Amino acid sequence: MSKEPNNSIDLAAARARLAQDGDKRLWQSLEELSDTKEFREFKENEFPAKADLAIPGRFSDDVGRRDVLKLIGVSAALTGLGACTKLPTEHIVPYVKPPEEIIPGRPLFYASSVIQHGVGTGVLVWSYEGRPTKMEGNPEHPGSLGAADVFTMASILNMYDPDRSQSVLHEGRITDWPHFAAAMADFNQQVGPQGAGLRILTETVGSPTLASQIKKLLTMYPQAKWHQYEPASGDSVREGGKLAFGKYVNTLYHFDKADVVLSLDADFFNVGVGHVRHTKDFTSRRDLGAGPSANPNRLYVVESMPSSTGASADHRLAMRSTDIEAYARAVAAGVGVSVANSSGGAKIPADWVGGVVRDLTAHRGASIVIVGEHQPPFMHALAHAMNAALGNVGKTVEYTDPVEANPTNQTDSLKELVGDLNAGKAQVVVILDANPAYDAPADMNFVDTIFKARLRIHAGLYADETAELCHWHIPATHSLEAWSDARALDGTASIVQPLIAPLYDAAHSSHEIIALLTGDSGTSAHDLVRSYWQGQRPEKGEAFEALWEKSLHDGFIAGTAYPASTPTLSNASLSQAPTASAADALEIVFLPDPSIGDGFYANNGWLQELPKPITRLTWDNAAMVSPATAQRLSLNKEDYVTLSVGGREVKAGVYIVPGHADNSVTLHLGYGRRRSGQVGTGPGFNAYLLRTAAAPGFVTGLDIKKTGDNYSFASTQQQYTIDVDGHQQEEESVTAMEPSHGRNLIQIATLDEFKKNPSFAKDPAEEATENVSLYPKWKYNEYAWGMSIDLNRCVGCNACVIACQAENNIAVVGKEQVERGRAMHWIRIDTYFRGDLDAPEMYYEPMPCMQCENAPCEYVCPVGATSHSSEGLNDMVYNRCVGTRYCSNNCPYKVRRFNFYLFSDYTTQSLYGVRNPNVTVRSRGVMEKCTYCVQRINAARINSEEENRAIRDGEILTACQQTCPADAIVFGNINDPNSRVSKLKAQTRDYRILTDLGTRPRTSFLARVRNANPEITS
Amino acid sequence: MQIFHRSTNLISRFSIFGGVVFVAFLGWALYTIALSSWYTRQNYTEQQPVPFSHRHHVGELGIDCRYCHVTVEKSSFAGVPPTQTCMTCHSQIWTNASMLEPVRASYRDNTSLSWIRVNALPDFVYFDHSIHINKGIGCTTCHGPVGDMPMTYRAGSLYMSWCLDCHRQPEKNLRPRSEVFNAFYQQPSGDTPVTYNGVQYTNQETLGKQLLTDYKIHDLTFMQSCSTCHR
Repeated sequence: MSKEPNNSIDLAAARARLAQDGDKRLWQSLEELSDTKEFREFKENEFPAKADLAIPGRFSDDVGRRDVLKLIGVSAALTGLGACTKLPTEHIVPYVKPPEEIIPGRPLFYASSVIQHGVGTGVLVWSYEGRPTKMEGNPEHPGSLGAADVFTMASILNMYDPDRSQSVLHEGRITDWPHFAAAMADFNQQVGPQGAGLRILTETVGSPTLASQIKKLLTMYPQAKWHQYEPASGDSVREGGKLAFGKYVNTLYHFDKADVVLSLDADFFNVGVGHVRHTKDFTSRRDLGAGPSANPNRLYVVESMPSSTGASADHRLAMRSTDIEAYARAVAAGVGVSVANSSGGAKIPADWVGGVVRDLTAHRGASIVIVGEHQPPFMHALAHAMNAALGNVGKTVEYTDPVEANPTNQTDSLKELVGDLNAGKAQVVVILDANPAYDAPADMNFVDTIFKARLRIHAGLYADETAELCHWHIPATHSLEAWSDARALDGTASIVQPLIAPLYDAAHSSHEIIALLTGDSGTSAHDLVRSYWQGQRPEKGEAFEALWEKSLHDGFIAGTAYPASTPTLSNASLSQAPTASAADALEIVFLPDPSIGDGFYANNGWLQELPKPITRLTWDNAAMVSPATAQRLSLNKEDYVTLSVGGREVKAGVYIVPGHADNSVTLHLGYGRRRSGQVGTGPGFNAYLLRTAAAPGFVTGLDIKKTGDNYSFASTQQQYTIDVDGHQQEEESVTAMEPSHGRNLIQIATLDEFKKNPSFAKDPAEEATENVSLYPKWKYNEYAWGMSIDLNRCVGCNACVIACQAENNIAVVGKEQVERGRAMHWIRIDTYFRGDLDAPEMYYEPMPCMQCENAPCEYVCPVGATSHSSEGLNDMVYNRCVGTRYCSNNCPYKVRRFNFYLFSDYTTQSLYGVRNPNVTVRSRGVMEKCTYCVQRINAARINSEEENRAIRDGEILTACQQTCPADAIVFGNINDPNSRVSKLKAQTRDYRILTDLGTRPRTSFLARVRNANPEITS
Repeated sequence: MQIFHRSTNLISRFSIFGGVVFVAFLGWALYTIALSSWYTRQNYTEQQPVPFSHRHHVGELGIDCRYCHVTVEKSSFAGVPPTQTCMTCHSQIWTNASMLEPVRASYRDNTSLSWIRVNALPDFVYFDHSIHINKGIGCTTCHGPVGDMPMTYRAGSLYMSWCLDCHRQPEKNLRPRSEVFNAFYQQPSGDTPVTYNGVQYTNQETLGKQLLTDYKIHDLTFMQSCSTCHR
């Protein structure tokens, strides 16, 4: 290409490029299509110099020739001396009286639960000598089945977070719990007779015990009120159920029984009650092990912002969130629900109505219609009606009592509190965990009204925006530090069991705070939880004792799931008139952030640095727009704009997302925190400043104005690009063999194509490369490890990335380093687009180290720091590595990561706790990469040899495989033809990437097969 | 024009050759220091909080290694006994010995004793006691004549080459599992035959080869793979 590349995205050029290359072309980013200078740098070098990013004051800034020479001299002189350090004196500090069960050096596992938005999900926690290090799903818990999402796994970092609130604060001054307890001694006088002035504000309470405590408090003070508020807690799901059935219900979806699923703006793999279980169930129907006779499910997604659910869909339609109601009405009418059709407004492709309706009605009783949490209650009522009309109720959809302890309309609840504050009725406000000063709807003016309360008490994990406005702040305990309970998605009672005493003496759980107010301060949280369940269960005495022991062991009380009920559908619920909106009016959509949720996880470095699905953006949210809208409003990526709606405004950077709905802007919640911590304070833009109580999901009437400034984002989307074209050119001149030129890294077919040609993914030229090597072949007498990743199952939820980070002590590098392509993740989710810029298909490819048989990295290491193990791993030996980076230069898959600085935190004491003691913490100047969790392999091998047996298939689960909610990753012994991984690799869909290089990777992929509906063409 | 007198040639020659000799000497000196027991702490004893004698407890009283190091067969870490273990005997005998006051104080105040680690490996080495015990490597093979140590000292250099010496030729050190905890084990010879599986062995070579197969010791590629010890 002769044209000098520039650095900005040229959408017109991108369109032209796509038109020229045809709709089978896979592409990763707009930068790639525009062929920007930055993209070229990333493509050609794994770690581009990016001199333009030099930050003043940093080492990289302004280093002259003389300085370089000086530094070379000094480092040469110091290299030798550095090796002369003596090992420091170490101490062994044994127990005085050894606790039972603990074997030093061996982990113990405890079952506990993590509560998100009032719903409990079972976890198993690794504990080394009483120190919890990693959270994984509990295989027996109905909400988990062994899998876990990013929030669950990353939440352990919150416990060790050095920015956690560590002491009781009274008017900003450090004090302690006894002082607080003393100040509360005359609590009953402060709140007035009958507690008329008392208001309790909590997050969604999922703990039945806590709810019973609060109810006891309300009985003591009958005029007191209990409010609940969480910004993204599914208010409209709750209200939609009430609208449809006249009461609050919990909807239980059985995706494993559904042949056809229609998602209306629902990212049900990542958001909402039971999303982990939903992913498990859904992907079990994506299995193509049966080959051409397989019968996979089909997923339709209609959404505005591309989500990982939308990317996994067989058909995806980008549509403004506002317009989805019109589409839903059309489909509902088609499946036999009597509802008024929207007139005009939204453009709805006819095939999307006809095709989907026919598919749904052809699968009566085996389909699901699900609606996103940010859609209004009416839409949820409509979905209930559609599921009823399709005969799904009792089959794929069931209803039970609500799992949260006290369902309420939380927006109304907070509104009432604000009203009482304004009226001077709320005198004493106790806020538990909630952070309304940050996340309350903007029109409530919470920050101003809260001052009208005479006494304000806040408890939370962080001294956050709300704590700042309160007289008292009590540090809350983490879920690993205190007893509690919750109900799982199906109502199963789940116990939250602490693994460690609170790290800080001042930390107290909500149970203890309410107990203090009810005068039960002598009772521990354990006794409260235990006696609550004792009261609930028929078992008495020893029988209860046995049940309790078993439940603590299992993590839940077996047989406590709610029975399914059949609430009556009220037809009146659908009488609401269609909402109309001008077709070209800009809407703004508020979604919980896929990485940091509603903002609670803002100070979690693992999550901040986690590339979000599709956009692969880190450390920020952004005003996400579609390419067409960007062109219409002449916006470009990284433009700094003012978003204004309803008289409120926020400044944000623009990010162009292929596949986003036109005339729609998505701004994720959770960013722009003012008081969070070293990590969370600052990044991104505060969407809550635009969000009102009336329109918490989305609203039209948005106006965008350019400020003329730029805002720089750190996205990994264009980084680690695998250069398929480049190696093709070189290859031709070097070897005579038939190269598999430009073979796509993701192999895709429709179900029909797959049935006609089951081996479509195989590279016909692969055989030829099999034996091309100057080196002798490796022999494996016992085990040869390998991995298979099923792209048809992967939903891109990122769980593997966080699991890997937690397991392998992977460092967080910060935004500037991510921009330079230096993020350290050992497994990344490559995202590809195919076809049209406005409505592309999206595909995922998780990329860990391929553990090549003929590994290019091994040949070039001058110090033997990466070498082939006897079981086929490409070992990485940190203590040998001198940091030449030859290996990463030579890695065609770009999976090696280099510690350019001392990324691992060696100084913060509290972070020592979270590290896996079986994995070396890497220092600066050292290369690192995925090792197939060699620590787990070694542990299993030692175990098996001590028991004088072979390692069983499935005994070793790599961290990514263990947590994968989609069961997409399978690891095992490829020397054993009967192992699960061997059988997967024997499937016709199995293929390896860059086969023409002759690297013979051990990680192979199972090709993606889209179950396309021929009726849908748009 | 000559600036320097001819005699200065000697100086330059001397400094050139002397330089080479000096660098060689420096290399030799550093190498010797690195191998010296001063640097590796081999054979050095440490000032422990209690002067615990393995010679007395193991050699004279015959207490089994596992009485105190309970996890050695189960875990990577052999385990250092909790104070309670000391007190099982010392609550009855030597109850007033001043030497044992730190032990009693620990038990009384519920504060741990803080021993100085004698055999310390770098953090990037993942040694596992249980598998070595299981494969017929005796305690004294690495820890030296513990039963004869009045104060415990490091018996090997703990260098990687020291580990590899055995990983490359494990047959030289294997012993029957029944002898693993024998602190006074002698390798088989004409004077000290070793019985294994009902057969008397009089040299280590034949015994080692037999155990190599019986205990399924891995081949050289595995024993030398980096990830066997480093992660």
